[in-house]
Amino acid sequence: MIAGTTQIPMKIFIPTPLRQYAGKQDAVEVQASTIAGALSELVSSHPDLKRHLYTDDGKLRAFVNIYLNDEDVRYLSEKEQTPVKNGDQLTIIPSIAGGNCIL
Amino acid sequence: MLKMGKFEYDAVRRHGEETYPHECCGVLLGHPDDQGRVASKTVRCGNTRSDSPHNRYHIAPQELVRVQRQAREEGLEIVGFYHSHPDHPARWSQTDFAEAHWIGCSYVITSVDRGEAKITNSFFLAGETEESKRFEDEKVVVTETAALNEAAG
Ligand SMILES: [Zn+2]
Repeated sequence: MIAGTTQIPMKIFIPTPLRQYAGKQDAVEVQASTIAGALSELVSSHPDLKRHLYTDDGKLRAFVNIYLNDEDVRYLSEKEQTPVKNGDQLTIIPSIAGGNCIL
Repeated sequence: MLKMGKFEYDAVRRHGEETYPHECCGVLLGHPDDQGRVASKTVRCGNTRSDSPHNRYHIAPQELVRVQRQAREEGLEIVGFYHSHPDHPARWSQTDFAEAHWIGCSYVITSVDRGEAKITNSFFLAGETEESKRFEDEKVVVTETAALNEAAG
């Protein structure tokens, strides 16, 4: 069996602001072999999520963090092409920051 | 409108006093109600902006992942965030606005003057998308925490 081709059932956790575009669910179940596959499955089952997660040219918005379990997907060596395994969980988490920025 | 338990409201203000002259930050957990949001629990977070902690704050996403998971296990959800403005008014800044992405949540700001918590305001991040978001002033109603939990149960 080639790694990354088996479809694994997994949960994607949705942050509060995006639940209204995901059928009011706090988690969505998908079948996928990679992180990218899981995200595209999520967006195809809940198309309203797309513009909230991606820019017009299809890039993940800079403030949207995707975590595979406790790891930031940006820092995984294979990034979104990372194969998923049984029991993995994805979490979508927009960033939280601010400041007065008075110099 | 943001309803907060007295205990939670005091905890948010006390946190700002403790971290003064640095900004504090944290998460408000609770549930939405027909008038807005109810915050029945607060979670303190570390400010990762050690380069400029007096006028910037940032919560590590990994910490947020944990908080969101914990909230879910307790049947709560993230309804807002709080931070402090050391020696600065309790109004949002352009940076606060640019870096606010949790549409539908409350952003609570406490001014802390010379170590003492003064004014606590809340701003609701309204709008549909990142492009149409805006902050709206919202009322903070402080009630006894026990009453909030009864209403939720
Ligand atoms: Zn601020």
